Amino acid sequence: MLRVLFFARLREQLGCEALELASEPGIDSIAALRAALSERGPVWKEALADANLLAAVNKSLAEPGTPLVSGDEVAFFPPVTGG
Amino acid sequence: MRVQEAAFSPDQLQRSLPAAGAVVTFTGNVRDAGAGGAVDSLQLEHYAGMTEHSLQAIAEEAAARWALAAAHVVHRVGRLDAGEAIVWVGVCAAHRAEAFAACEFIMDALKTRAPFWKKEHGPQGARWVDARASDVARAQRWQLPRTGDADGAPGG
Repeated sequence: MLRVLFFARLREQLGCEALELASEPGIDSIAALRAALSERGPVWKEALADANLLAAVNKSLAEPGTPLVSGDEVAFFPPVTGG
Repeated sequence: MRVQEAAFSPDQLQRSLPAAGAVVTFTGNVRDAGAGGAVDSLQLEHYAGMTEHSLQAIAEEAAARWALAAAHVVHRVGRLDAGEAIVWVGVCAAHRAEAFAACEFIMDALKTRAPFWKKEHGPQGARWVDARASDVARAQRWQLPRTGDADGAPGG
């Protein structure tokens, strides 16, 4: 099981702030998860195609190749704008 | 490190810092105009848990890089009106060079790594604030060379 969170503009585009995904053998990295989520429909495909999106695994910034294991909390979000 | 909805007083925060030869503080306030026009208020969203983790990591990096007596960060979330303080950084060190550098490093890192997102509200409606390339460039100045000294001075 993976818990996936979305923030800010991305959360609004998707109309989704969190979902849980059964672990599948093919979904073993951030890039693979992103590809799988893009198959959920045209809105997901378009929103997740944004090259500037960032990802985090268990609350640390991650790269496309960062591996995922069951129980991980993954987040996708736009570039940050705090401060 | 504190992430809070409540307003804070920069003066009061400065008084909470330990005595030191050099004290540098930074306060960021909500501007009344953004790229999309006049701004009445901001809504600050964050990734609870990661935010604190990220600010802590940034402060620890600063402490590892410069000799600091203290490095504190307070950041607000939720709704803020124009003119209100949004972020405060306070750094204490024996000498000014370390205090100035660490304070600027912390803000530059926070701007590009801490998971906060601003949404501006104004007469024209609401819009998400876009990240700025200039903030990324500022943060990149602090990247240490792979070899050589590590005095932390930003490159030209």
